[in-house]
Amino acid sequence: MLEQIEGSRAVAKAVALCRPEVVCAYPISPQTHIVEALGVLVKTGELSPCEFINVESEFAAMSVAIGASATGGRAYTATASQGLLFMIEAIYNAAGLGLPIVMTLANRAIGAPINIWNDHSDAMAVRDSGWIQLFAETNQDAVDLHIQAFRLAEEISMPVMVCMDGFILTHAVEEVDTPSQGQVDAFLPKFVPRQVLDVDDPVSIGAMVGPEAFSEVRYLAHAKQLQAKEKIPGISREFELIFGHPAGGLVNGYRLENADTVVVAMGSLLGTIKDAVDDLAEEGKKVGVLGITTFRPFPLEEVYAYLSEARRVVTIEKAFAVGMGGILATDVATSLNRVRIDQYSVIAGLGGRAITKASVRSLLEDAIDDRLEPLTFLDLDHELVEREITRMRESKRSGPTAENLIRDAQLKKFSRTQRDG
Amino acid sequence: MEKPFAITLEVGSSRANKTGSWRLNRPVYVDRLPPCNDACPAGENIQGWLYHAEGGDYEAAWRLLMQENPFPAVMGRVCYHTCESYCNRGQLDHAVGINAVERFLGDQAIARGWGVTCDAEPSGKRVLVVGAGPSGLSAAYQLKLAGHDVKVIEAGPTAGGMMNFGIPSYRLPRAVLSKEVQRIVDIGVDFEFNHRVEDIPLEMTRGSFDAAFLAIGAELARKAYIPAGDSAKILDAVSFLSGSRDEKMPMLGRKVVVYGGGNTAMDAARTAKRLGASDAIVVYRRTRNQMPAHDIEVEEALEEGVLMRWLSTVKHLDEHSMLLEKMELDETGFPQPTGEFEKLESDSLILALGEEVDLSLVEGLPGVSVHDGVVEVGPDMMTGYPGLFAGGDMVAGERTVTMGIGHGKLAARNIDSWLKGSSYRHPERHELASFDRLNTWYYSDAPHAVRPKLDMIRRQSTFDEVVLGLDEDNALFEARRCMSCGNCFECDNCYGVCPDNAVVKLGAGLRYRFDYDYCKGCGICVSECPCGAIAFVPETI
Amino acid sequence: MTFQPIKFYQTGSFVVGNRLLGENLRTVQSDIARSDSLTLGHRACQGCGEALGARYALDAAMRATGNKILATNATGCLEVFTTPYPETSWQIPWLHSVFGNTAAVATGMAAALRVKGREDIRVVAQAGDGGTEDIGFGCLSGMFERNDDVLFICYDNQAYMNTGVQRSGATPPAVRTATTEAVGSHPGNVFGQGKNLPQIAMAHEIPYVATATVAELHDLEAKVEKAMSMRGARYLHILVPCPLGWGSDPSATIKIARLAKETGLFPVFEAESGEVTGVSKIRHRLPVESYLSEQRRYAHLFKPVENREVLDRIQAMADRNVRRFGLLEEEVANNTPREQ
Repeated sequence: MLEQIEGSRAVAKAVALCRPEVVCAYPISPQTHIVEALGVLVKTGELSPCEFINVESEFAAMSVAIGASATGGRAYTATASQGLLFMIEAIYNAAGLGLPIVMTLANRAIGAPINIWNDHSDAMAVRDSGWIQLFAETNQDAVDLHIQAFRLAEEISMPVMVCMDGFILTHAVEEVDTPSQGQVDAFLPKFVPRQVLDVDDPVSIGAMVGPEAFSEVRYLAHAKQLQAKEKIPGISREFELIFGHPAGGLVNGYRLENADTVVVAMGSLLGTIKDAVDDLAEEGKKVGVLGITTFRPFPLEEVYAYLSEARRVVTIEKAFAVGMGGILATDVATSLNRVRIDQYSVIAGLGGRAITKASVRSLLEDAIDDRLEPLTFLDLDHELVEREITRMRESKRSGPTAENLIRDAQLKKFSRTQRDG
Repeated sequence: MEKPFAITLEVGSSRANKTGSWRLNRPVYVDRLPPCNDACPAGENIQGWLYHAEGGDYEAAWRLLMQENPFPAVMGRVCYHTCESYCNRGQLDHAVGINAVERFLGDQAIARGWGVTCDAEPSGKRVLVVGAGPSGLSAAYQLKLAGHDVKVIEAGPTAGGMMNFGIPSYRLPRAVLSKEVQRIVDIGVDFEFNHRVEDIPLEMTRGSFDAAFLAIGAELARKAYIPAGDSAKILDAVSFLSGSRDEKMPMLGRKVVVYGGGNTAMDAARTAKRLGASDAIVVYRRTRNQMPAHDIEVEEALEEGVLMRWLSTVKHLDEHSMLLEKMELDETGFPQPTGEFEKLESDSLILALGEEVDLSLVEGLPGVSVHDGVVEVGPDMMTGYPGLFAGGDMVAGERTVTMGIGHGKLAARNIDSWLKGSSYRHPERHELASFDRLNTWYYSDAPHAVRPKLDMIRRQSTFDEVVLGLDEDNALFEARRCMSCGNCFECDNCYGVCPDNAVVKLGAGLRYRFDYDYCKGCGICVSECPCGAIAFVPETI
Repeated sequence: MTFQPIKFYQTGSFVVGNRLLGENLRTVQSDIARSDSLTLGHRACQGCGEALGARYALDAAMRATGNKILATNATGCLEVFTTPYPETSWQIPWLHSVFGNTAAVATGMAAALRVKGREDIRVVAQAGDGGTEDIGFGCLSGMFERNDDVLFICYDNQAYMNTGVQRSGATPPAVRTATTEAVGSHPGNVFGQGKNLPQIAMAHEIPYVATATVAELHDLEAKVEKAMSMRGARYLHILVPCPLGWGSDPSATIKIARLAKETGLFPVFEAESGEVTGVSKIRHRLPVESYLSEQRRYAHLFKPVENREVLDRIQAMADRNVRRFGLLEEEVANNTPREQ
């Protein structure tokens, strides 16, 4: 059913259609609207049977999900940013135990400085945890990926994280085609756990494993991710058959035919990039886009297949490894290590900084003209940064960076006003 | 379910890990000797029969008791219960009233008509028992149960010996005695009364006996020369007590003096009170602490108003008075005359200075030796004359009914072996279950159930029993105060407290077994065994 | 609390089994067919109080529920010595997640069972004192305040034993641990720190809170049974001596637990909805030295010279417990051990 709906509410509806049995809720922006909406559905009885549990922390949220999942319950929770970090021990544990929990990550920056706005730092912090990570480009994507996430998680018995950009998607009201219960039921079978706490067939789950078998256990986790990579395209195809539109998959190409320059990105940013690329295409520039839907497992072969013919690849991402550079860019580079292609890594949109079409367009033009630096921070205020760097060099006690920058920015604005005035 | 590798494991799979290899010390179940059993002159398995009584199975308790001693009801009245003095419970609160429970069992048996049957194959051997006192009866009973033909020849008119004529009826009603004697008659022991054996070899030949047991007791009253006026009334305690059993009233007068400090003296004084004496005065040449009489006897005598004159000897006796000389103890604790005299009003004097054995029976028998007025026997109770055994008061040892019964049993065991051409080997004595072996925390605090005593006035003037029996509740209570020292009573503590599940419970009556494949040797079971029935021994690696 | 009429004197109600008692009055542990939730071959140290406490509690819970329990476990000794790959000593469904989340995991288990309509199956969560009072406290408090249907059992051995005996919030004053060494002017753990979790649990006004020791099995089992007869959050705090960490003889584990109670240092009580409803009285009160001197973690209080001041402070703690919980029978309630 097509409707104008807030992203969070659309996701809550989709999750409810998946009949979760235990939902753990702990408030953190920008995820909160999702669990609030689920809470209503449980309280009205629209989602039943389901236990909606108000926990005392994200660590508890994931832990409750672990307990519920190990007892054979379909478990769901949602979090963001600091919350994800607070539950990180349980995140790794859920993956290590192979429990098919589904979690929404409403992507948000990580402090300090504290910042509630969107970027992908949180998702990147747990990319090695063993969870499957899917990135939604639109709210329709978010809805569809959640439905596929339950199916995938339970088929391979691994947890799945659906990443959607905080505020940009979670709080955006747009048209979404929400599926019917019949469609979801046809797509998502009843949960049959691979292992379960059962009084009639007792097992011990969560053993201590030493050097004699730890490598094997970790390798098997990797093998599961590879297995997921094989299954995801099939699940995506099956989804399209039942729901009538494509969704999911490993990667999604756009204007890739004969593209010299390909932009790689994840999440809602792809929308802006595609707009910019459309403009450039009209001007006759051969620019295409490759959207990464499945970040973990990383689709090395598919990325290679789409990019190996290009002349240059520009990876734009909303997170970076401090002291190193782009994270997604590094993974892309790994896919392309057999071919000689110019690669540019662009860090953009940190902490909610708007990524404008104009900035992207200008960036791409620089790339096409081979003027782009290998690592670029989009729209970085160099003057502001230089001033602070100088200050830090001059005095050990240069004060808190965030506050210094704010003061400098205000001074700059003030002097500009004076000048313009 | 198909379990994920390594993370999820099959339940109970740790059995593959044999933790027994960690062990440095090994717990081992043992039976230790309870101090009561150790102290019993009759060799009763007291802890054993109390165990049955604790469970309310009084008949089983009685039957186990009867294996060692055919006189539970008599014992329950006259035994001086050495066992209680050694009872570990005495160190916790009060000793278990073993004697009271024994009496309860004996009385139950009489009330319910429990009897003993003799199932042994006849051995074809004949044994002569001379004397129907406690020792002779005990030997006859044990020999008969062992399958031998037994004949008891008694000089007197009836069975019982000292139990009959030496113990006042307020301590042992004669009906009780006769019921327990009757059981011995009932299993087929042959008795001949009023026949004084004078020539043992002749008697044995005449009766075709293969062995003989002498238990004629010590019946001759020890005499002391006391200058006395013609009309002074003087008699010995044994005849006095013997005469009193039929409640004949010897003319004693109002003030009676008993000379001596033993149990017989106490019996005589208390009997004199009952016969109407206004004053019964015990005169003893040493102090109270040195009196050979058992404390309980002295206590009861004092309670009944018997007076005591310690450190005094009788120097001269007249019709209505006597002269006492005061004594004092020298450095060695021996009484010495002081030369100080005093007069004491008295109408009669009962001498209770001890009894002697009539040794004429063994005079001239080859190999039989006599020492200190008693017949010498070996550890097997045999005299130097092959096949001739002796026991009871006529051999060395404490002269009590219980000791006599013990002698009779021990002699019977040895006679049985001797008749079979072997020698009796006493079962190995276990290590003593001393108090420090116990973990008494597990035993509930429970006061000693004191036997009711007859009202003081009443018991002074009648021969009714002074000490009444326990009722069933009390007897059960008392039995359950037993701590089962040194012997597993299946409390399940070891089974419960093992952190390694290495104790296997075998089921009621079967006790437990250690699973040494898994026992790590922590020793908690040893520490927490209430009764000290687990030893801890180093592993030999 | 177990108030058994004193009818069976030989060993009263204190031994594991008593042939003189009816089957229904004997402990679960005396049962030849007890479930042995924790079975042979586990790797706990010799004389481990926690291994004992866990089997006691879980077997009792098994009987109380007709063998329908799921257990979860915090990281710690109990987890490590029971489930080193490839062997487990558990015979019941059991889950270990991480150190600090046991109560929350249990909440999830109970929630799943409720959704599935399997409320006949009950959830037991287990942790050591670190997993309960320190790192696991947030999740535990959350589970309490939501009144989730979980019995949480703390096996309290008063320090982090699995990592090598470090101080926890349950470590008593003056105790020597690897992080409160017996050096300096105030050797051992400091006074005035630490928390009383049973009382904190009571402050949540959950249906049931109880303390117990491995020395009183009847009492412990009765508490588990009572806990399993109730719904909602329940907390059982069991004192489990650790020979390794306490420096006590492995054979003395139960004795030391007994002394902890008999000296008044560890009050054994139960509470319903925040109010104390029963106290296990001290049978034979003893001065604290009788308990302390059995353990090398207190050795510095006796050698090279007796530290009277600290011993008096510890005695004062015991006296306070005695007063606060009424641990003595009325007639002797006013006597301190030294006055006796």
